[in-house]
Amino acid sequence: MVQPSADESLDGFRARVRAWFAENVQLTGGVKDESFDAVDVARRFQAALFDARLAGLTWPAEYGGQGLTTAHQLAFNEAAEPYVVPTMPLLIGLGMCAPTLLEKGTQEQREEHLARMLRGDEVWCQLFSEPGAGSDVAGLRTRAVRDGDDWVVTGQKVWTSGAHYSDYGLLLARTNPDVPKHLGLTMFVVDMRAPGVTIRPLRQITGGSGFNEVFFDDVHVPGDAVVGEVDRGWQAAVTTLMNERVSIGAGGGGLGRRLGGGEFAALADLARRRGGLADPVLRQSLASVFVEERLLELLSSRIREDVRAGRTPGPQGSVAKLAGAQLARHAAEVGLEVLGSGGAAWESDDADAERWTQALLGAPGNAIAGGTPEIMKNILGERVLGLPREPAVDRDVPFRELRVGGGRS
Amino acid sequence: MSAPTVAGDLRASVRGYLESAAPEAEVRRIAETPSGSDPAVWARLADLGLTGLGVPEDFGGAGAGFAELGVVLEELGRSLLPAPFFSTAVLGVQALLLSGDAAAQAEYLPQVAEGRLRVAVGTVGASTVAAVPGSRGWLLDGLADGVLDGATADLVLVFAAADDGPALFAVPADAAGLSRTPLRTLDLTRRQARVELHATPAVLVGSAGDGGRVAAALLDRALAALAAEQVGGAQRVLEMAVEYARTRYQFGRSIGSFQAVKHRCADMLIDVERARVAADAALAAVDTSAADLPVAARVAGTFCGEAYFAAAASNIQVHGGIGFTWEHPAHLYYRRAKSSQLLFGSPGEHREELMRQLGH
Repeated sequence: MVQPSADESLDGFRARVRAWFAENVQLTGGVKDESFDAVDVARRFQAALFDARLAGLTWPAEYGGQGLTTAHQLAFNEAAEPYVVPTMPLLIGLGMCAPTLLEKGTQEQREEHLARMLRGDEVWCQLFSEPGAGSDVAGLRTRAVRDGDDWVVTGQKVWTSGAHYSDYGLLLARTNPDVPKHLGLTMFVVDMRAPGVTIRPLRQITGGSGFNEVFFDDVHVPGDAVVGEVDRGWQAAVTTLMNERVSIGAGGGGLGRRLGGGEFAALADLARRRGGLADPVLRQSLASVFVEERLLELLSSRIREDVRAGRTPGPQGSVAKLAGAQLARHAAEVGLEVLGSGGAAWESDDADAERWTQALLGAPGNAIAGGTPEIMKNILGERVLGLPREPAVDRDVPFRELRVGGGRS
Repeated sequence: MSAPTVAGDLRASVRGYLESAAPEAEVRRIAETPSGSDPAVWARLADLGLTGLGVPEDFGGAGAGFAELGVVLEELGRSLLPAPFFSTAVLGVQALLLSGDAAAQAEYLPQVAEGRLRVAVGTVGASTVAAVPGSRGWLLDGLADGVLDGATADLVLVFAAADDGPALFAVPADAAGLSRTPLRTLDLTRRQARVELHATPAVLVGSAGDGGRVAAALLDRALAALAAEQVGGAQRVLEMAVEYARTRYQFGRSIGSFQAVKHRCADMLIDVERARVAADAALAAVDTSAADLPVAARVAGTFCGEAYFAAAASNIQVHGGIGFTWEHPAHLYYRRAKSSQLLFGSPGEHREELMRQLGH
């Protein structure tokens, strides 16, 4: 194995990354879904990367990172371009939980977890949303009550990606119901295998199960598991959610696809094989998909430039998230338009129908997960354009007097 | 000095000039004059180095690329100043540069940079001009419609069909048999004319048979430049709508606090942000001579045109009753937005051409 020298140049670094991928090509490859196998693949890949001193390039060296520059990250991304990097199951931990611990966690938490997350030895999930607290996540009801030095957690979380294979979770719970909702929350590190934690998969309309319900029944959490300060969990959660939006935006609005290999190319190919490419109306739709896809790629690369240059991305993160969801839905609809009645009923070996009906069924979730369009537009209207907030009926009211949830959840 | 600073300085100086010299009242005054432009304003733009911004330094210009032209066009799109900048400094200069005709460039470009020559180009599809060789040079017959600033230009460039194929020709304003009819325009701040030629003597610009290439390359550049202007206008109507939504109170609240209005403004922002990356990509494609330019230009052409019109319509909607009065500037942008969406082909035509460019 090629080892770094003390005075390695950027070109030398790039060559080392290329050599590592060439040696370890068997560790890369596609991941079908977030099953247990995909997690093993991700862990093996990440461990090998870590052992080659190529993981956490820009993270501080004291927590297992390499303490290198963004130029190194860029060089790594270039060298990794031809490979499918199978780290999807680790991304919530590395992209959202770890930055939160880095910014808000205690020294002990950073030392205990960050390097292990970076090596893929610990997989993490995020436990914020609840049946009664979706867009209004600060309205959550899971309680954490003091018990000596410890805390006892009771409640239910939902939409937890990867809970079933995670070792730890970042939990947001209510520690004081007698103050307004944002002021009584605390963030904790919880062991997902602790007694009293029950995980049940949720089945989505696609038939797949990427999300879970997580139940907490008198789960004991030690006092040193608090991230940041007691009752100041909202500040920590904002850190996590900002990192989420940047991750989604930089990855192409959640699609994570690249120009030229995406929806348009697939649809044009579909129309060529199944007929319709001569239809002027369909050609207009196809061209619109191309335009949307191109604009999304341009937005995403602008976000990546900002991130690399150390700038806080502007409104492009929210715009890319919205544009990505819109493109996913539009492309699926065009796909079904090409398939015609073959998109309503098909023989079981028809891969085209499977692909585009799956895309159609996945599109609503794409728009909702990670922030609904309605919430995103509030954010754009209020924080970017400076428009006033709606009069808030929950602002100065103790949480216990608020009505939350309801509906059929 | 770094490039962003140069662009930032240019933007600040152009915006400063336009805000002081061309407020809305002045824009309206100039638009209502018989010629629809003001020679004194044009002279000032020349003094500022703007008429020659895209003219090479050898011909007395600044030799700037489309990134800088885009900055100026964005600011002009904000202000709606009626001036023959797009026709002369973009279309005229680019047509002469693309023709590769050194003599024509040496004759005309220095005059453009000095603000002494306004050029109009018959680019739009509705041009049916035929060129035949006469005893003392070429003679043109036919009609070019919708020529931007065509009635007031000192020099008209037209594409005409000749035996060797299409070619570009120069026709001075006083040429025999040239008649120019101002047209009624949807856009009150940019004039158009019908140009008719009857055995009109003209000078060939560039090579015979090379007009098809020049026209296609000029169209790509025109779409990229227009996209920058559209972004400037769209950004301006977004700012107008947000300002009004913030300060207009109904039902005891600022109307911008209602989600129905707030989300409309957010939709405008989403469109403007996407239009901006589309325009920037098209301008950069010109400056880097990217093979992808025809695609980038049409992505910008279709998206920026539609985004600007949607934003201009939303701006009127946010303003309510005051928004559809003659006195309010919202309609000037609404008119400009729809008109510019149609200048070099409709969004539907751009999408069809995009499919062809992509090999389908």
